[in-house]
Amino acid sequence: MKEVILIKNGELALKGLNRRTFEDVMIKNMRRRLSDLGAVTFTPAQSTIKIEGEDGFDLDEAVERISRVFGIAGFSRALKLDKDFDLVLEQTGSYLEQQLLEAKTFKVAAKRSDKKFPFDSPKICLELGGKLLEQFPHLEVDVHNPELTVMVEVRDRDIFVHANQLKGAGGMPVGTAGKAALMVSGGIDSPVAGWMMAKRGVELTAIHFASPPYTSERAEQKVLDLLKKVARYAGRIELTIVEFTEIQEAIRDKCPEDLFTIIMRRLMVLCAQRIASRSGCGALITGESLGQVASQTMGAIACTDAVADVPVFRPLIGMDKDEIISISRKIDTFDISILPFEDCCTVFTPRHPRTRPKLHDVEAAEAALNVGELVERAIENVRKVVIN
Amino acid sequence: MEAYLDNSATTCLCQTAKEKTVEAINKYYGNPSSLHSLGTASQKQLEAARAAVADSLFCQAEEIIFTNSGSLANNAAVFGAVHALRRRGNRIVTTCVEHPSVYECMASLEKEGFEVIYLKVDKLGRINRSDLMKAVNSKTILVSIMCVNNEVGSIMPVEAAKAAVRAAGAPALIHCDAVQAYGKMPLKPSRMGVDLLSASGHKINGPKGVGILYVRKGVRLAPYVLGGGQEGKIYSGTQPMPAIMGMWGAVEELPNLTEQLAKTRQLRDYFVAEAVKIDGLCINSGDDALPYIVNISLPGHPSQTVLNFLSDRGIYVSGGSACSKGHRSKVLTAMGLPPERIDSALRISFSRFTTKEEIDMLLCGLESAESSLRKKM
Repeated sequence: MKEVILIKNGELALKGLNRRTFEDVMIKNMRRRLSDLGAVTFTPAQSTIKIEGEDGFDLDEAVERISRVFGIAGFSRALKLDKDFDLVLEQTGSYLEQQLLEAKTFKVAAKRSDKKFPFDSPKICLELGGKLLEQFPHLEVDVHNPELTVMVEVRDRDIFVHANQLKGAGGMPVGTAGKAALMVSGGIDSPVAGWMMAKRGVELTAIHFASPPYTSERAEQKVLDLLKKVARYAGRIELTIVEFTEIQEAIRDKCPEDLFTIIMRRLMVLCAQRIASRSGCGALITGESLGQVASQTMGAIACTDAVADVPVFRPLIGMDKDEIISISRKIDTFDISILPFEDCCTVFTPRHPRTRPKLHDVEAAEAALNVGELVERAIENVRKVVIN
Repeated sequence: MEAYLDNSATTCLCQTAKEKTVEAINKYYGNPSSLHSLGTASQKQLEAARAAVADSLFCQAEEIIFTNSGSLANNAAVFGAVHALRRRGNRIVTTCVEHPSVYECMASLEKEGFEVIYLKVDKLGRINRSDLMKAVNSKTILVSIMCVNNEVGSIMPVEAAKAAVRAAGAPALIHCDAVQAYGKMPLKPSRMGVDLLSASGHKINGPKGVGILYVRKGVRLAPYVLGGGQEGKIYSGTQPMPAIMGMWGAVEELPNLTEQLAKTRQLRDYFVAEAVKIDGLCINSGDDALPYIVNISLPGHPSQTVLNFLSDRGIYVSGGSACSKGHRSKVLTAMGLPPERIDSALRISFSRFTTKEEIDMLLCGLESAESSLRKKM
């Protein structure tokens, strides 16, 4: 008995002439994700991609990983059979035994793309339905709203039998929408923001600002752990760690306290976009949500964006904390995010930050710093870690 | 050079502890409950270890139960006592500065419907005898008071509990969490008037993975771990021989506690005298606290920052206590310290191996932390 995975493309099916390009990227992503499970082949045909492993291939693990690959609308584990209808009658019952036992109502659906196959679709449904009813007398047929749909697909070379398609991660294949740099602190929001952009096909790199000794090694480990979770969806992520202490101390010493956060964020963006462009990124991503904290008001965002010369994506901008948390639970980053280690954003936070900063005030205050030199020094002194 | 000054979190293994641990791994893999000769050999070592621990507490070997940690000993004591006496009353008396392994048990018992009285502490972290006398009534079934506080080192008047229980005519058992005191000051449960006393192996240069509970002869506890009936049917499970024998080694190597206490007090006094010269530094521990623990604050500098700064220089201390990282200290809050002192608190804890050089290193580290982290004017 040979089991395979059948992948149904999502939005990709809507693409026109460049559909193959999207599909190729998705296959490359899946191949990379499954590479350590052994030899595996990917065969695209008719808006479906068949994944077949060698003997001993861990299909359960593969299914688990495939469920986190963007670009897939749905997928099924299917029984692969030679083109002999007797085999279908013989093996379907035992292959789907557990699901058939749990269901009360079912139907059989058939898709015959090989029109030369001697049985047509209605005949397949009738014959197999009758056989299954015989084997599982508790079942009833319900063609409109069945609990279980047994699908028989007659293709050019094989017949596939499967039931109830699993939901894929949706979105677009990572890498088809370009590359962007996620600014990640270690809180709840930034991993979610990264996940959302990856879902739209963006390949991620990440930038983290560390402020030793104000922040600890544990805070850095936390960021690595968070990105590992995001990488399960987004694939390989390169993290750049920027030492930010000197800049923060300079701002603390030379600028008004109530503008500390906003000036810090401007310098973060200045550093980040330099690093981003070096690694070929076309945008920055942050986890900001409008009004969540003082630096995320409309005025503050305007001041931050004034220094940005690439687009800054903020996928969480219109989301409530609850909504963000529910995604972070789904992608399993929440429990890591709430570990209580000081991060760069909480060092020296002013007691009363300005919520409606004026750009000219901020620029005037910032003039006390040698911004160019500070940024230059910070981005020369970075460490890189690759997360797979 | 390193300065390990977080000995109240845990300690390094002393030589005898190492040897005994390895001996157990190599030779005593038999299950002490097995009846063959290999099991019997392990059982003999187990009983010898028990006798050694009993000697260190001036009690009888059958009064010592091995557990897997100090926390488990505390859990076993609190739940074991309360569940054994639950028909005789509903009140439990404890302090508001207990270690989480007692504190959280109390919170759980409160949910079960017990009335828990938390005794307040003064600004040096000590409870007051008369509060204790007042709190214990005839329906009290457990009094649990730590011997030495784990964050500030304050020594509690544990011996007052017995008088309070007698005066109230209460059926209560008296438990003492002595994890920070054991092996550092002379302890004699019978003189302290306690029925139950917990301690841990890894705080006295023994290995992690072993704790002990003293249960006074004649005291009946409800079993805490059900199973094969080991450890007086209170704490079932095959005994961890390497950890137990390691603890035995650590106990064997303990110095004369009174002399060692005096030496440590000298070191502490030296540290305090020098430390207060650092701008803004305050000492949160009292003079009469156990000298192995000194709690200090550098207001304006968050604990974690100074801790990271020192750690980069090979100096290891703790912010509050190692068990409560990231949360504002319950103990310092209960002592009524202002927030800026709580948020900047550090716990320095010594062992008998601590040297003056290490303390000088710390002083130097604190000095440069204070000057280099201060806002530059």
